[in-house]
Parts: sequence; C-alpha cells; structure tokens
Amino acid sequence: MTSGHEIREAVLRRERSAAEIADEALARIEAVDSELKAFLTLTPERARARARAVDEAVARGDDPGLLAGVPVAVKDLFCTKGVRTTCGSKILENFVPPYSATVVERLEAQGAVIVGKTNMDEFAMGSSCENSAFFPTRNPWDPSRVPGGSSGGSASAVGARCVPVAVGTDTGGSIREPASFCNVVGIKPTYGRVSRYGMIAFASSLDQAGPMTSDVRDAADVLEVIAGHDPMDSTSVDVPVPHYASSLRDDLKGVRIGIVEEFEESIAGDVAMAALYEAAYAKLRELGAKTVPVRLPHAKYGLATYYLIAPAECSSNLARYDGVRYGLRIADGGDVYAMFEKTRAAGFGDEVKRRIILGTYALSSGYYDAYYVRAQKIRTLMKGDFDGAFAQCDVIACPAVSCPAFELGAKADPVSMYLMDYFTIPMSLAGIPALSVPAGYVGALPVGLQIAAPAFEEGRILGVAHAFEQATKFARLREPLIAADRSRAESRA
Amino acid sequence: MAEIPIDIAHVSKLARLALTDREAAAFSAQLGKLFDYIKELQALDVEHVHPTAQVIPLRNVFRDDVITASLDQAAALANAPDKDGAYFKTPRILE
Amino acid sequence: MINEKAVAREAGEFEAVIGLEMHVELLTRSKMFCGCRNVFGCVPNTNVCPVCLGMPGSLPVINRRAVEFLCKTGLALGCDVAPYSKFDRKNYFYPDMPKNYQISQYDTPLTRGGAIALPSGKRVRLTRIHLEEDTGKNIHGGATIAQSQYTLVDFNRAGVPLMEIVSEPEIASAKEAEAYLGELKAVLSYLGVSDVKMHEGSLRCDANVSIRPAGSDELGTKTEIKNLNSFRSVGRAIAYEIERMRDCALAGERIVQETRGWDEASGVTHPMRSKEFAHDYRYFPDPDLVPLNLDSATIERWRDELPELPAAKRERYVSALGLTPYDADLLAADRPTAEYFERVAELSNAPKEAANWLAGDVRRSLQKHRLDLSESPMKPDQLAALIALVKDGAVSGKAAKEVCAVLVAEGGDPKTVVAERGLAQTSDASSIARFVEEAIAANAESAAAYRGGKEKALEFLVGQVMRASRGKANVELARALLKERLG
Repeated sequence: MTSGHEIREAVLRRERSAAEIADEALARIEAVDSELKAFLTLTPERARARARAVDEAVARGDDPGLLAGVPVAVKDLFCTKGVRTTCGSKILENFVPPYSATVVERLEAQGAVIVGKTNMDEFAMGSSCENSAFFPTRNPWDPSRVPGGSSGGSASAVGARCVPVAVGTDTGGSIREPASFCNVVGIKPTYGRVSRYGMIAFASSLDQAGPMTSDVRDAADVLEVIAGHDPMDSTSVDVPVPHYASSLRDDLKGVRIGIVEEFEESIAGDVAMAALYEAAYAKLRELGAKTVPVRLPHAKYGLATYYLIAPAECSSNLARYDGVRYGLRIADGGDVYAMFEKTRAAGFGDEVKRRIILGTYALSSGYYDAYYVRAQKIRTLMKGDFDGAFAQCDVIACPAVSCPAFELGAKADPVSMYLMDYFTIPMSLAGIPALSVPAGYVGALPVGLQIAAPAFEEGRILGVAHAFEQATKFARLREPLIAADRSRAESRA
Repeated sequence: MAEIPIDIAHVSKLARLALTDREAAAFSAQLGKLFDYIKELQALDVEHVHPTAQVIPLRNVFRDDVITASLDQAAALANAPDKDGAYFKTPRILE
Repeated sequence: MINEKAVAREAGEFEAVIGLEMHVELLTRSKMFCGCRNVFGCVPNTNVCPVCLGMPGSLPVINRRAVEFLCKTGLALGCDVAPYSKFDRKNYFYPDMPKNYQISQYDTPLTRGGAIALPSGKRVRLTRIHLEEDTGKNIHGGATIAQSQYTLVDFNRAGVPLMEIVSEPEIASAKEAEAYLGELKAVLSYLGVSDVKMHEGSLRCDANVSIRPAGSDELGTKTEIKNLNSFRSVGRAIAYEIERMRDCALAGERIVQETRGWDEASGVTHPMRSKEFAHDYRYFPDPDLVPLNLDSATIERWRDELPELPAAKRERYVSALGLTPYDADLLAADRPTAEYFERVAELSNAPKEAANWLAGDVRRSLQKHRLDLSESPMKPDQLAALIALVKDGAVSGKAAKEVCAVLVAEGGDPKTVVAERGLAQTSDASSIARFVEEAIAANAESAAAYRGGKEKALEFLVGQVMRASRGKANVELARALLKERLG
C-alpha cells in the first residue's frame, strides 16, 4: 500500500495512471467492505471521471495538484454535489445536496479522486460509529471491535488500507480517537483553520475538518490543501497556509514537550496504557526533546463543559431537520407541528435525541446562565490553562484515548461513551490543533499518541509526529486483520 | 442514579421532538451521571470570567452587497418531500 | 377619518400609551446573509440558495451594506451606534423559517436611543434599532388559515435584511402614531434604505397599545396589534383599540394582555389564537458569526454621507425658499418628491410657483390618475417650462391648468401642448385694447358704475373682454387696460 505522496509522484512521473490507481482502490474496497462496512456510498463514476481528468492533465504537462490521483474517502458529513449525503442519519437518508463543501472542492481542485462517503456516528455524535443509523463500522484490527467515532468509517478505510487518505471531522475527539483505534494519523486543526462551509453542523464553535491518513507526510499535504480562508465561512481565519511538509523533521533537538500531570494521573490506572505512553515519551526524549511537566487544572471539567456547549449548539443546528425542505417527512394527517414532531422522532436516533433534549434545556429560559454561559466561562479558564502550559513548552504530548478499541456494544451507557473524549475535549474547547499518531500496541490493538500545540502551530505537531513516526514506524509493524492491500511484503518497510 | 432536573415533556415540546414515555424515562436515567459532572461546574468561581463565545478573536467579517448565483427552482425543490408547482408544500398550520 | 375629538372627549379620564415596532426591509441588492437577489415579486423559490434555504452545512455571512443602512438610519435619528454588537439566534419552529431559528440581535442591538421628531414638535424617543433576517412566506391553501388543508411556502424573501425599529411607549394618540409613521417614512425614503411600501410588506408595523388613568406614571396592560397593512389602518386600529380598552375599563372588565389582529374590512381588532405555550426563544450568540466592532472613523464617515434630512429640508423650504409650512411638509415628505421640486424650482427660478403647482394641480392630477410623481411621464424641466410660459404671459393661469393635466398624464413639451390645444394667450396690447373698447362701448352702465366706485363692475367688464376674446386675452393685461381706459 503506497501513501498519497508516493501515488502523486508516481502519477506525475507517469509510472502509474490515476485511472488504474482509482480502479485498484475501488477493488480493494469491494474486497473488504462487506466485512469492514466503512462506506455508506461509493462513487465509482465520479472517481473514474476525476482520475481521467488527472491523467489528461499530466499528459498535457500540467500539474493536477498536491493530491494528484490520490484516492480519498470523505466522511458522509461533507456535502458532495449530486451525491447522497446522509450524515449517518435516517433523516437525511436520501438527501442529495446541490452543492459541495469547500473541503471537497479543494480536495478535487488538487487532483484528489474521491471514491466514496464513509460511515459515521449520526450527526457526528458518538465515539464508536455505533450510533450510525445504518450499521456500525468494524475496526480493521479486530472486527468485533469499534473503529472509534464519530469519523469511524474514514479511520477504518485508511486503517484497512482501502485508501491512503480520508477526511473526517473532530468536535470533541472524533478524528483523534478513531485514528488512535485504527492506527492511522488524524489531525484536528486549529478552529478556523479549515472552512466549515458545506460541513453538516453539529457544534458550530467546535467542529473542524481534518485529514486521516496512513502517514504524517500525507496529513501535512492534505491539511495544506484544505486549510485556508473561505469567504463563505465567517469563522474561517485569514492566516496564510504554510507548506506544512516543510515542517516535518527527523529529530527533536531543542523541542520542549509538555507532559500533563493531570492526564498522567488519569492514565496511571491502566498499567498497559501507562507503559505505552511512558515508552512514547522516552522515545521523544531519545530523539532530542526535553519533557517538562505542565498542568491543565481545569481539564477535569472538560467533559461537563463540552456536554453542555456541544448539545446546546446542536439543538439549534438540528432544528432545521423538520421535513419541510428536504430529508425525511412523516406526515400522516395532522398539522405541520405534528409533522415536525413525528419526523424528528422517526428520523433521529437516541443519542441525537438525548443531546437535543440536553442542549435545549441548557439554553432554555431560567437555565441559560447556569448552564450554557457558565460552561462558556469554564471554557475560557481551560484556554487559559493551555496558554499557561505553552509558556513552558512548544507542544504537549499526552494520551489520545484511555484504552484501545473496545468491543461493539461494550459501552451501552451513554456517559461511559462520553468519557472516551476525556483527553481530546480540552483541545477542542480551547480551539487548538492536536493530532493522534500511532504509538504502539496494547495486546493486539493499536493506540495513538496525542500531540497538541498553540493555535495555528500545526507545523509543530506535524514536525514532532513525523520524527516519532520515522523513528518507530508503529503503523507498519503489524498487519490489521482486515487489510485491503494485497502486497503484504511491501508493507513491512 | 441521580435525578436530572430536566422537565423532558416541556423541553421536547420546545424542540419539536415527540418522545415516548419510555424514551423520556430512559434518557432521564442515562443523563443522570452526566449531571453529577455538571454539578461540579456550579462550584467553580467564574464571577469575573468572560464567556468564550468564539475561540478565535475575529471581528467585522462581512460580504460585499453583490448578487451571486442562486439555485434554479428545480434544484431548490429537488429534495422537497412534497411540493406543488413552484412551492414547497406542508400540512396546514394550526396555531 | 379618525374621530379623534370624540374619542378624546369621552376618554377624558384615560390617556393612551402607544409604542410602535416597525420592521423595515432594507434595499440592499442581495440578502442579509447570502448573495441571492433581494427583489420583490419574483417567481417563487428562484431567489434561493443553500444558505437561505437552511440546507445542511450552509453558513451565514453578514452583508456589509445592511449594517451601513441600519447605522445611517440610526445616525439620522440621533441614535448611538454601539461600538460592540453581535448576532443571536432566536429559536422557534415555523414552516417559513428555513433554519427554525432566526438570526437576529437580542441584547446588543446596533443602535440605541435616538428619537423621531413629530411635526408638532414632540419627540418620540426610540429604544433600539437592530438587524435581523426576514422569513419566507406561507400561503394558505384555503380562504383562511383555519380552512386550509395545506400550506405552500416560498423562500424568496427568506433572508432579506430587516431593520427593527422600536419606539418607547411615548405616542399618545392615533394621530401621533400616523405622524410618527410619516416622519419615519420620510427619513427612510431620504436615506434610500427602504422603498417604504406597506402594501408590499417592505414596511410593517405592530402597535403596542395600553391606557391608564390620565396623569398616571404606571403602564397599563397592553395589547399588541398586528396585521396593519397601511398607514391608515395603523391610525384606525389604534383609535379603535383605545376606545375598546376605555369601554372595558369603564365597564369594570379586565383588559387582557394579548395579541390582536386588525380587520380592516370590519374595522375591529380581534384576539389572535393564543399559542399553546409562550415561546421560549432560547437566545444565544450565533456561533457561525463573529461580533462587530464599528470604529468611530467608520461611523463618522457614514454620518458625513447622510443627505439633507426631511426636517432640515422643510426648514430650508420655509425660511430660504418662502414656502408655506404646509407645502414644505408635502414636498419634503419623501426624497423623490423633494428632489423633483428642487429641480423644478432651480430650473424655473420660481420656488413658490413650483411649490404651488406641485402641491396643487399636479398633486390632484396624480391622484386622479392614481400615479406617483415618479410614475408620471412629466419631467421637471417640462413643469419648469410651463411655469415660464405663465410668467411670460404666453398662457393664462387657467389654461395652464389644462396643460398641466396633460403633462402629468402624458408628458410632453408645454409649448406644443398649448399650440395643439389652441390655448395660447394673447398678450398683444393692441388686440386686447380693441376688445376693451368694444366692452366699454357695449356696457356703458357698467363703465359708469365702475367710475362711480363699484369695483365689481370692473370684473364684469373684464369678463366681457374675456368672452369677446374667447378666453385668449391675458386677463391681467385686460384688467389693466380697462382700468386705464376708464380712468
């Protein structure tokens, strides 16, 4: 299985055609997806048409872009013009958007070949992909286990080597946690770094799109392609997009890495996980970094804070799903209000309903100050914690998850599922960039290392992650149980 | 399991979400533990803290008053569950 | 006609307290948060896009000009423009709401304070002016909501920028309410921010009405009156409601706080169906938008760009151009009329005559043909030319009226119209002198009577000269010549 950047080089050098690469990706998906169930919709015609265009451009002597010929899977939360986009929900089961998300347009403008839309927890609410209205996706490392969520399908597709690149979204950990479970690289950029236009909204002040890839180099390239100001998104920031690949480094001399006391206390309870992370920090020091202890005293309030803010915003964002203009409608003779109520009752799954109820309550008269406003104030305190920490270090290294992938059905209690976001929520609330990079195995299951940096310092986290990746090559050390690439020998690099 | 303070019947009406009694009871039970965490927030002193409405310090983001292409009527209505000629159609409104 | 006197006389023991909430659709080219056309009367669902249809993944972006228009309105009305302002979501469900929340402003409106000065001199203070987006339009499949089996929805107007202007409850009568509306309409027209057409919905008015014992400071229970579709209905509805409340109070009945709809046909307000539960709008700052920090340089630039406003124009018309206050009011009522008048005054160098024509014959002709001044084919230079003809004596005042009527309806060159209709006036002294001699000769008694001091006899002789000349004689010249001849 080759990476995205290797594919691009091969296509530009005319060693391989984009068309054959697209066909191979589609064949790989067909070989494994009946078991993996990572995809909701495949787009073979679009893929072949795009691949053809890439090959024609190359033949003309043009450069089709940074992702020329690279097969890409897109989380079904990104609107794709003319292609069914469900957001993992029955309420949008047959929705065909008349426009594409900016992220999708930018990928295709740089030669990416989109092969399909991936499965996800409904409306991005979940940490296991079990909340998909359609079916759960499987973890390629153990199909009885979850791939994580909400970007489970994207993580799984890359983890199973169907495609080298996918895009997901992260609101409280929905890229980083599945990346950790599936042994891939996943980045949540700084809030405002990537346009949210055309990204079906869950929690507007937290949602961010990001790459999920087989290696750090690809993540850097994809981030460069999708990042940047978009006039269609008022919250997208007009800050220049660097050539992120330039930030990749092989050693960490002079880099100060913060280790979070509160997080280390938390992970200490699990011997195997604690050992894995200790080894990771040791490797970072071996590469030349200096580790310093830092504190995030308000991190423990992250869960409650997040589970007030995100549901509040989503309760408002999801009001538009009412059966009037698009999507599911249940109208059996009553008035329009009955239609709203029945449509939404039938179209939304339990987790979505829970969060709408919670969020509506948090905003409601008499409770708004006590819940929503208070949570937004604690958010300010958490941002302050990171500002304090980054005064002493360049990046923070910490666990991405508290455990490896769990079995399907293991976390039936919703709050136990919410706890999966413990390490990832604070970065989301602070709006700072963070990624997960493969960091080893507990038993047979992969675990990721999280690296975070101040706002707009994605280069730093990519640099550190690249050095760690090159020194450990964890993702290539073992084979997933479901592996779509046929050549096993070449993967033992 | 902690009692949650939400009047689910009232809130589900505001949210136009018809919940069954079973669902309401289940949600109530499920969200109890979360409210234990939420209660911890109440203990913090945040009197002099500003709420973060936006993590990014942007201001004054505008678009110029220019006309851009609209959808054509067919595209606008393409996903409509029910339509009547040029219009979206819904059941009647009983206030 | 509101029988204000009757109402006031009988309501001597109560005073009315009225506040007005105006919603004004702004004349931007595009909508508040997207680039769809802001145009009235198009084929349904053709000025729509993912943003104003509330499609999944769509995001709003603020129209700069809408902010400018609102701030200029505020500056014109003496309001304070807020240096910090933001947008909030107002959450409620309705079929004409694309997102089931409206982007509006809750606790940080763009302007606060200000006032509208009524012609009487009274100032009605404003509470606030804020910006929000309009909804789509529901059309009920049936004669009334109650009879409909279905609803049709058109989202063309969803997302149009709306300015909400809220007055303090300082209006004391239906008449004052109409004056408030008139002044507001004039200011909005001058600024070019609205076409102020209530019948097209670009200007909407809700009235909050209550009564209290005369001289009291406390506010009584208020009702909100909706469905006011013209300036006239605003006045009529308020007058009706005041009387209704007075009747309630005198009969010892409790006045219910409620929303009432005005029925223009029957001339009454009736309670609108109460909602099952009061709306809890759950306002919170819209996370898809960032706040506004308007700096003083921008605000001052907008202030400099304000045109001369109605009050200033009226004042100038009276003091510098010599118009009567009545004519000044009329001509300054809206910008197109004011500009038309100023152009005619400038071209003819005769502002008083220009005012007389526009406030008199032109106005009457326009009403007869149901035209706005802007819809009439008569151009300012044509009216100015007519004024010149009268001044030169080429046409009599009476004939000029006829010419004016033609110009208002069809436009044209007044000279041509005069010639075509044979309306030219003779100011040739010698031919008039002949008629004068004939009239004197034929009416010796009248001549003698005038010489004897009867002024009226002169007018009779003038009439005879006019008859003899078939109306073509310059009447002033005829009179002068008669006077001279008769000594």
